[in-house]
Parts: sequence; structure tokens; C-alpha cells
Amino acid sequence: MNKAAATSSRWTDGSMTRMVAKRYAAERRFKLFGLAAVGLSVAFLAFLLINMGARGLGGFTQSQIRLDVDFARSDLMLDPAALKGPQAEQVVSGAGLDGVLETIAVATYGEGAGDLFGGASTRALGEQLIADPTLLTRRTQLWLPLSSKADVAVKRDGERALEKMVAAADAKGAIRTRFNPGFLTNSDATDSSAVGVWGALKGSFLTIMVTMLLAFPIGVLSALYLEEFAPRNRWTDIIEVSINNLAAVPSIIFGLLGLAVFLNLMHLPRSAPLVGGLTLALMTMPVIVIAGRNAIKSVPPSIRDAALGVGASKMQVVFHHVLPLALPGVLTGTIIGMARALGETAPLLMIGMRAFIASPPQGITDPSSVLPVQIFLWSDEVDRGFVEKTSAAIIVLLLFMLVMNGLAIYLRNRFERRW
Amino acid sequence: MIETTDNKAAPPVPQATDTAEPARVERTPKMTARNVHVFYGEKEALKGVGIDIHEDRVTAFIGPSGCGKSTFLRCLNRMNDTIPSARVTGDIELDGQNINSAAMDVVQLRARVGMVFQKPNPFPKSIYENVAYGPRIHGLAAGKTEMDAIVEKSLKRAGLWEEVKERLQESGTALSGGQQQRLCIARAIAVDPEVILMDEPCSALDPIATAKIEELIHELRGRYAIAIVTHNMQQAARVSQRTAFFHLGEVIEYGKTSEIFTNPREQRTQDYITGRYG
Repeated sequence: MNKAAATSSRWTDGSMTRMVAKRYAAERRFKLFGLAAVGLSVAFLAFLLINMGARGLGGFTQSQIRLDVDFARSDLMLDPAALKGPQAEQVVSGAGLDGVLETIAVATYGEGAGDLFGGASTRALGEQLIADPTLLTRRTQLWLPLSSKADVAVKRDGERALEKMVAAADAKGAIRTRFNPGFLTNSDATDSSAVGVWGALKGSFLTIMVTMLLAFPIGVLSALYLEEFAPRNRWTDIIEVSINNLAAVPSIIFGLLGLAVFLNLMHLPRSAPLVGGLTLALMTMPVIVIAGRNAIKSVPPSIRDAALGVGASKMQVVFHHVLPLALPGVLTGTIIGMARALGETAPLLMIGMRAFIASPPQGITDPSSVLPVQIFLWSDEVDRGFVEKTSAAIIVLLLFMLVMNGLAIYLRNRFERRW
Repeated sequence: MIETTDNKAAPPVPQATDTAEPARVERTPKMTARNVHVFYGEKEALKGVGIDIHEDRVTAFIGPSGCGKSTFLRCLNRMNDTIPSARVTGDIELDGQNINSAAMDVVQLRARVGMVFQKPNPFPKSIYENVAYGPRIHGLAAGKTEMDAIVEKSLKRAGLWEEVKERLQESGTALSGGQQQRLCIARAIAVDPEVILMDEPCSALDPIATAKIEELIHELRGRYAIAIVTHNMQQAARVSQRTAFFHLGEVIEYGKTSEIFTNPREQRTQDYITGRYG
């Protein structure tokens, strides 16, 4: 082997070419794996969203049935004048509307048609009568929501007899499907056609507010203190380890803690957003502290030097320079923590938020439900009408989270500064 | 340029006497440091340093990397306080007052002894805010007009006014490296300090920006006592009147710049400035 050949072939001979080809193959392989992983997660997400959407959108609608009525000739004893007073609702609920409705239903749609109407139908009828008392005096046509059983039958998932009856009515054009505003304005109910998410939504909102008002300032200030002011010694080491461990504690343990401390020791009201918020704040704080410390650590020391160099006090350095620069990172941690708190069920079950609450909370000390718990409770119901209500509630929860995260990301981008 | 004379016998004692200007009465130095030791944990970074810094002179600290010159500079406005493991002993006085005593407030000290760092470090805020920050936290300006005047005066003294007067609200970080460093100097000047410490202010800059900063140091000399750490021996020779040569945590030689560079008493100084090591 002469010298010229050795030097000229070194970068071009077979083994070198193979090595280069291998290097590029490895890179292509890695890119492919990455693409496959991303594709898989997108597919799962799409499946989840489409599945949820397909099932859940039905939960936002209700089927209504047409009814020709002539109250003047029915056995309804109701004075139109009484419906104008403030006691109108009491009058209506005492008038035995359900019985009247069943009689008319049987007359119109045949034997067993009473099953077509339920609590939601009666309530809707009452509301329509209060809105327009003259209905009582003339012959008229009403659209009333179907009972939950019949609603399921419209979607071809109910009892055979009802399905037949509904199909017959549908053939006559007496069935229509409408957006159900009640799902957004009502609270929990025993009848699936009358349930709504408003109570749970409001409960979630109040709970998350309490959580944020407590966890955000306490978490951020703790992170600032630990990172900027605290001396480095064994105690701060212990605190750091404890905080990291706290962030990894299963959430149900926080529920037990909340039960023991807030309910049994401090006697705060059971099932209230206040207690839920306190419990979730305990759970969220470590996450915020850890994210906050990392964000604060990543602020370049030269900025601290610069501020100290013109004679800023430690406090001024931290609040004028370090915190504003760390804020985007802090907010990211807070978003993650809040999203987790918003979707949390287990600790809230422990402090009694699984109770049946049929009215929205008026304040943070009223008994209340929250969206994830509401979803959990509905998914457990026997009534088939709850299936799509559960999916619809999940959609509401996801939208709520989306809005909250969008807001947080908007805030984060506003605070973000370039170097 | 550098003469080699045999004066190894001369004592390596730091001395601050100024024999070359006999016509002028020697004033008391602005800052004096005596027997300063600095420990980082167990490691002794400074081993008994004594230097004077005079009001209308530029004092340059030269020496190889890790010799303690920056450490000493940071002692002068107690920036070493921010390093948890650092411990400073010895006497450092500003106008006769011990800066490490309880009577000296560290925040006020840093306003009186300003600092310019190696890497330009403007705040990620507007040019105006960068300069106005110091006066604002010290309450030096009553109202917007006074603040505007301070900002303009400081930027003018830092030789940056003409370049930025049209865009004071733009971010300070958008300026070029040399402009950023002059902005940092303007920021230090804005609080009207008595001493300005510069820690290798030109090491991240190109020759043109460096020349501008050096020019600026000349102009600032009459107004402030200036101490500058530099790796660039030509720079020390150009800008300073006094030079201290640091080596392994000690001051090997301290004296008039002209003498250090032309007629050093110590062999080690001679070796360093002629480039034999360092």
C-alpha cells in the first residue's frame, strides 16, 4: 500500500462510505420514530375528541313532542288570574299538571303514552303557562320535552314499546329536536332530561378561584423566599426535599388531609367550594413552588448584579427584576397545577363533594358539586339518559379548561420579554 | 517600549506615594484598602491586599486569570456579599469610613461606588428605564422633568445620547454590544456615584467599541474615581495613571502606570507585561 493511495482513499473508501450511510440511516430512523409517536398521540386525541363529540353533542339537545291541548275542556282547575301573581310557581306546582298531561297524552297517543312525559315536560308546561296564562282559555298546540326514557327511545336506544310509540309520533311529524338550554342553566336532578351542568360549573369555578387565590401567591412567594432569601443549610434542604415529595403525593391523600383538618378539626362546611379549594390549594402549591423556583433560577445572575450594582436592595432586585422575568415560567407551572386541580376528583370525594346538590352554590360556603365529580356521579347512573349527559359534561369541562388555559397562555405571552 | 532594569531588590510593598507630581499636595485617597483577605470557603483568594484609589485618577488592576483582581474589585462595593461562601476581612474605607462596618448601609455604598460589569447587562427594559431605574429607587428625581434631565445628562456623559435620543423607549437589549456597555456606564453614572468600578468592561467588545469606552474613561476621569480591571495591558497603559499587578492573590507591585510599564521593580511584573507568562 503506497502512501498516495492511503491518503486519497481514506475518506472515500467503502468502509467510510458505509459508516456515513449508517449515520444518516440512524438519523432517518430517529425522525421516523418521532413522527410515529406524534402521529399516535394525535390519533388518540382525535379519537377521544370525535368520540366525545359524537356521544356528547346529543346531551346538549332534547327531543320535543307536539301536543294539541284544550285546557278549558280538560280537568285542569287553574285560574289564569292566579298565574299573574308572585305565587305563580306555587300555584302551578300545586295544580297537578302531571296528571293532566298524562290524560291528554293517552288521549292523543294511545295507551301507555304517559311514559312519554316526565318531570322536564311538566316543568316546561308550567313555565309556558306562567309565560302566557291565556293558553288556559283556548285551544292550542304545545311543544313539550320528552321524558328521559322517551328521549332515549328517539335515539333508538330505549324500550321497545316506547320506541314504537315514538316512531309513530315521528311519522306524523310530532317529534322535533332542539337545543336544550336547560343543560347549561340547570343543576343536578334525578331525571336525566332535567339535569344541567350550571351548578357543577359554578362550583368548579368557585373552587378553582379559592385554589388560585391561595396557591398562586403563597406558592410564588415561597419560591421567591427559598430561592432568593433563604440561607442554604440543612433546614432549607429538608424543606426542598419535602416540597418535592409533596408534589408526588397521590391526590386522595390530600383529600384525607382536608377531611381531617378542614372538616373535623376546623369544622368548615362540608361539600363547600371553600374546603374543596383549600384542599386543592394544598395539592397545587408544591407544583407552583417547584416551577417557580426553576423559573427564578433561570433568570440570569447578571441582571441581579446589574440591579445590585446601582444600589437596589435585595427586595427591589427581586420584585423589580427577578419576578417579572421569571413570571412566564411561574405562570406555566401555575397553569399545569390549576389544570390538574380543575380535573381532580378523588380529594373532593373525600371532603363530601359527591353529595346530590340540586341548586347552584350562592357562595363559597354553600354545598356544591364540581364538574369532574358530577361526571363521575352521572357515569354511575343506571338511567340510560345519563350516558350522553356524561359525555356532554365532559365536553363542558374540556371547554372550561381550554378557556382557562387560553387565558393563562395569553397572560404569559403578555409578560414574556425578550433579552 | 519596556526597559529592563535591575531593581529586584526593591520591596514588593504596595505603595501609594506619588513622587512624580511633587507640585501638587497629595490628597487623601478616595478609597483605601488595607490587608484585605477574601476566602471562598477554604480557599484564600486574596492574601492581604492593600491599594489606594484616588479621586481623579484611573487605577488599573492587571494580572493573570484567577489572580484575584476581580475579587478585589468586587470587595470595593461589597458585591462579594452576594456569594454565600465568600468571606472578606481587612479594612476597606471610603472617605475614611469602613465600608464593612454596621454604620455603612450596603445599598447606599453601592450607589456611591457604582459598577460596570464584564458582559454588558442592561435590564430588558427601555433605554430610558435602564438609566432612570437607579435615580428612581434612590429618589433622586422629583418629577418627570428632573428624571428626563438626569437621563439625558447621564447618556450624554456616557457618549450615547446622540445615538439613542430618538429611540429612548426602545429596549436596551436591542443596542449593539458597545452601545449596551455605554448604556451600563450611563446607568452607573445616573445615581451620581463617587467611584466607578469597571470589571473588564471591554473584554466582550470589538476594537472600535473598545476605543469609545476608553475615550469615555478619559472623559470621566476628572469627575469620578475609577478602578478598572483589564486583561489588556495596552489598555491599562492607555487609560490608567496607577496600575496594580496582581498575582496569586497578592499585589506584587503597585505604582504609577508609566513606571510599572517602563521600569518595573519586580521581575514577575516584568515577565507578565512582556508576555512571558500570564
